[in-house]
Amino acid sequence: MNEIWVFAEQREGALQSVSCELLSEGRELAAKSGYELCALLLSENGAALAPELFAHGAKKVYAMDAPQFAFYQNDFWSAAVRQAVEARKPEILLFGATSIGRSLAPTVAAALHTGLTADCTHLDIDMNKYLDFLRTGSTLKVDDMKWKMEDINLKMTRPAFGGHLLATIICPRFRPCMSTVRPGVMKKAPFDEAKAAACKTTLFDVKLDDERLKTKVLEVVKEARNIVDLLGAEVIVSVGQGIANDPQKGIALAQELADVLGGVVGASRAVVDAGWITADHQVGQTGKTVRPKIYIALGISGAIQHKAGMQDSELIIAVNKNALAPIFEVADYGITGDLWKVVPMMIDAAKAAKGV
Amino acid sequence: MKIVVCIKQVPDSDKVTIDRATNRLNRAGVPAVMNPFDENALEVALRLKDAVPGSTVTVVSMGPPQAEAVVREAIARGATDGVLVSGREFGGADTWATGYTLALAIRKLGPADLVLFGKQATDGDTAQVGPGIAHHLGLPVLTYAKAVEALPGGKALKVVRATEDGHEEWEVDLPCALTVVKEAGELRIGSLKSKMAAKKAQIPVWGVAELEPDPELIGLKGSPTRVTKVFAPPIKTNRVHLEGTPAEQAEKLVALLAERHLV
Repeated sequence: MNEIWVFAEQREGALQSVSCELLSEGRELAAKSGYELCALLLSENGAALAPELFAHGAKKVYAMDAPQFAFYQNDFWSAAVRQAVEARKPEILLFGATSIGRSLAPTVAAALHTGLTADCTHLDIDMNKYLDFLRTGSTLKVDDMKWKMEDINLKMTRPAFGGHLLATIICPRFRPCMSTVRPGVMKKAPFDEAKAAACKTTLFDVKLDDERLKTKVLEVVKEARNIVDLLGAEVIVSVGQGIANDPQKGIALAQELADVLGGVVGASRAVVDAGWITADHQVGQTGKTVRPKIYIALGISGAIQHKAGMQDSELIIAVNKNALAPIFEVADYGITGDLWKVVPMMIDAAKAAKGV
Repeated sequence: MKIVVCIKQVPDSDKVTIDRATNRLNRAGVPAVMNPFDENALEVALRLKDAVPGSTVTVVSMGPPQAEAVVREAIARGATDGVLVSGREFGGADTWATGYTLALAIRKLGPADLVLFGKQATDGDTAQVGPGIAHHLGLPVLTYAKAVEALPGGKALKVVRATEDGHEEWEVDLPCALTVVKEAGELRIGSLKSKMAAKKAQIPVWGVAELEPDPELIGLKGSPTRVTKVFAPPIKTNRVHLEGTPAEQAEKLVALLAERHLV
């Protein structure tokens, strides 16, 4: 039976949301392909985390338990993943594109001599589904083109050329076909209580050689301040270079609008680089990829690396004094105007609408 | 300390545009630069070279002949020397084939204590080549390094690694590999001496004859992944521009949001 594996990433015994998002996506892929969806879990006690994996769609959980998995350490983790893959030979292996996934996946891909595609935004096995995606998700004249309808390779689509274009990539000759997906890109299905209860974990033996260990973690420091939760936000009000005349006031206005709409503040790379706000607020190619219900871009020109991080938001609103700013290409509602004038009005109007 | 830094020449991403008539990139006239994160990796190397007497910094780049410019630029900023890996056979390589090829070149340079990479290249954005090369060379790798310090004794480094919610402090034995983020250091300008050295530098070009790769493992042929389609995302057709005074624009917008039950 061909298997689709999702690497279940845990940190300090807590399962990362991206793994559940990938399982939810994996369920769709499994349904269309007839493959079996499995999770691979490296932790100190897999049985504790397995129910959540089953609840999100895993049919099997391969748990590798070892004290060395308490904390991410590339040598051990990659050796373990490699052992599991060589034993069971899955067709597909998916990782969240987190600081762990983006280090672990390429190490594993190099070791297994297989293909890895990073930051995929769309995955399809079935050609019909893939063509449906292209019909709405691209400028291609799909029905005028020739397609190999029997192709069952995993079709991995990702932004290319800095986000200007999209590319579909396949890995025809090697297995497993590997892919990373950023947190927040795939939708997480609801927790299924019944599935969680019906779980049977498969314990997997792992051989780790302590002698090989060349790195040692000395200290782990969590930031004292609150990290903004961009990925979980339904509304993001983002600021760009347009606030340069008074950055702190600009951020305060964005925060006020975000508060009224029940959202959080985001920022372009320029704002973070200028030191006006911390990096956890950054949206874009080297920041976070977000898909909130509403994305409001204030004084953001819409450089390609920024658009890449937010263009799939459900509703995009842009305010910019330059009518030709590229951000308007992706905005559903555009306001050409001075944000210092428009935003306070937006705040007032929103408060009025809420009856505040 | 013998330090190797992998650098890549990339298009200046802020200057690339799309031709909407053809939905293709406008490539002509876009300036090529050293990948920004590789600049940070080079700075880390140069700081270690300053701190540990007798150290050398060699840069390696894989690319078309014009990529020689970034190797020369690295020397102008203070690198000891550099090599360009180039040849038609290497063209079309994905991250696996690129990692394999660069690993051969690094091995040819002789045993290195430290191999440095930028976090990712701004054209491909995969962040895969660094860890891949580390694996081929049998080196432990730490990613997202934002501070690197040589420990007394010359056998290990202290590395601060950036994570999503803070940072970690690691001790890593040499030889090892690191990928580096922007906070690790802004690349220095380079002295008059290093600029002169760059002008005179002989930069060898290594092709298949020098590296003797397995021909099945390089270039497009050696790439496990293959691009099947490149396309433009659809242009939004039902975009609405809200006209009027700021007050009117704001009112219209909020009314639209209210209609969708978003306010």
